[in-house]
Amino acid sequence: MRGVNLEVADGEIHSVIGPNGAGKSTLAYLLMGLEGYEPEEGEIYFNGELITPLSITERAKRGITLGWQEPARFEGLKVRDYLSIGARQANNVSEETFCHALEMVNMSPELYLDREVSEALSGGERKRIELASIITMEPRLAILDEPDSGIDVLSLKEVITMIQHLKNKGSSVLVITHREEIAASSDRASLMCDGIIVKTGDPLEISNFFKDECKPCDMKAYTLKGE
Amino acid sequence: MDVIQLDVSDESEAMKGALELAGGDASVFKMPHVSSLVVSGNRILSANQTVGIVLEIKSTEYGVDIELTIKKGYKIPDPVHLCFGFLPKEGLQQINVSMIAEEDSSVQLVAHCTFPNSERVIHKMDANIVIHKNAFLKYDETHFHGEMGGVEVIPKAKIDIREGGRYFTGLTLISGRVGLLDLDYDVEAGKDSVCELSTKVHGKDTDTIKIKEKVSLIGENARSVTKSRVAIADNAVAEFTGITEGHAPHAFGHVDCVEVIQGNAVACAIPIVRVDNPLAKVTHEAAIGSVDKKEVETLMARGLEEGEAVDIIVKGMLL
Repeated sequence: MRGVNLEVADGEIHSVIGPNGAGKSTLAYLLMGLEGYEPEEGEIYFNGELITPLSITERAKRGITLGWQEPARFEGLKVRDYLSIGARQANNVSEETFCHALEMVNMSPELYLDREVSEALSGGERKRIELASIITMEPRLAILDEPDSGIDVLSLKEVITMIQHLKNKGSSVLVITHREEIAASSDRASLMCDGIIVKTGDPLEISNFFKDECKPCDMKAYTLKGE
Repeated sequence: MDVIQLDVSDESEAMKGALELAGGDASVFKMPHVSSLVVSGNRILSANQTVGIVLEIKSTEYGVDIELTIKKGYKIPDPVHLCFGFLPKEGLQQINVSMIAEEDSSVQLVAHCTFPNSERVIHKMDANIVIHKNAFLKYDETHFHGEMGGVEVIPKAKIDIREGGRYFTGLTLISGRVGLLDLDYDVEAGKDSVCELSTKVHGKDTDTIKIKEKVSLIGENARSVTKSRVAIADNAVAEFTGITEGHAPHAFGHVDCVEVIQGNAVACAIPIVRVDNPLAKVTHEAAIGSVDKKEVETLMARGLEEGEAVDIIVKGMLL
C-alpha cells in the first residue's frame, strides 16, 4: 500500500470497492492492527487519537472491531460464549442481547445459541455468527471485510439491514465489498486500486467510475485508463 | 437390585469432595435406580447394581477387580456411574476391568477418576471389553489430577466389537497436571460395527502424554473414528499414535489429531494407516501448531487480551 488517505466520518457507512488484489483487505487488517500488517510509514487516528502503536486489544477497547472475509472456525466454542465476548466489551451481557443479535442476522436463537461455531455450522452461517458477535459489541467503528461473501444472494438485503442497524446504533462502518448493492447503501465510497485510494465520493459515482473508467491490465490487478 | 454401602466414613466424604473436583455429582451414588461404584484405593466404598446389570467387585492388594455385565436385551435407562480415586500422596492403584455388553443391550458409563493429592501415584487400568452383536456401549472418563504432576495414569484396553455393535469412548484430562499419561487402546471392529475413540488432554509444565489407539476394522462395513485433541504448554511433551487398519470390504476408518503447542512444548503425531482390502478405505488428518492466529486475533478484536483469547480457544477445543 502506498499513499492511502482515507477518512471515515462519525456515524458514516463508508464502502471501499476495487478489484481483487487492490489492497482492500490489507487496509482492513492495518486499521485493526493485526500482526504482520504494521505500516512502515504513515499514521492512523481514531477519534483524534493516534492509534498506530496500539495493539489489537487496545484498539478494540476503544471500540474498533473487524469482521473477516473468512471467519475463524473456533472448534468447540459455543455461539452463546462467542457472542458474550463482544457483549462483555459493551457491558451488555444478557440473553436478550444474544437473541437480538442473532435475529438481526436472521438466525433463530433457539436453534443456534447452544451450537458450536465451527463444525455444526456452514461457512455462510459462521459468517452470520461473526456479524452477530460484532452487533453484540456495539462498536464505534466496525470494519467489515466482504460481509457478503459466503452469503447467498437472497440474504444480501439482511447484510445491508445489519449494516444500517450498526449505523443506527451509532457505529461507523467501513465496509469492503464487491457488491454494488452494499456500496450503493453506504453514505460514501472509496475506490482502491493497486494499493492507492484513487477516489472518494458519492457511492454511485464511485461505482460507475470503477465500472466505466477502469480496465483490466496485466499487472497484478487493474490500473486506471491512461495511466 | 443390590445396594452395598460398605463405608460411610471420612474417606467417603473425602472421595465425595475429590469427585466433585473432577466434575462429578456425588448425589448419583445414592440413587437406588442408578448403578454405581465408588472405589478409593483398593477399598470399595459403595456399589449399586440395577436390573439388567451384573456387577461383581473384588478388592485386591492394590486395587479392585471388576466384572460388569449388561444382560442380553437390556437397555439401561440411566448412565452407570463409576468413581475411582486415590487420596494418599503415594501409592499404586490397579484396576482390572472386564466389561461385557451382551447381545442387543445398551449402556452408558460415566467414570470419574480423581487423584487430588498425588505426589507419586500410579493408576493402572487393564480393561477387556466385549460388545456383542448389536449392543451399544458408551464409556466417558473424566480425570481430575492435582497440581503436583505426580500421577502416572496407564490405561490399557482391549476392545472386541462384534457384528453390529457400537462402542464410543472418550477420555478427558484437562483439570490439574497430567503427570504421565500412557494410554494404549486396541480395538477389533467386526461386521457393521461402529467405533469412536476420543481423547482430550491438556498438559503443562513437564507433563508427558502418550496416546496410542489402534483400530483393526476386520468386519465388512466396520467404521471407526479416532479423534485426539491435545493442548500442551511449557515443557510438556505429547505423542499421539493413531493406527487404523482396513481389512474388510467397505470398512472405513478415519484418524483425526489436533495438537496445539505453546512455550517449549513438543508434540508429535504418528498416524498409521494400513489397508489390505481394496474395498476398504482409511483416511487421516493431523495438525500440530500454535493456537490459530485468526481465532486469537478475532477475539482480541472483540476486546480480549491475547492470553484470555488463547485460553478460550484451547478450552473450546478441549471441552
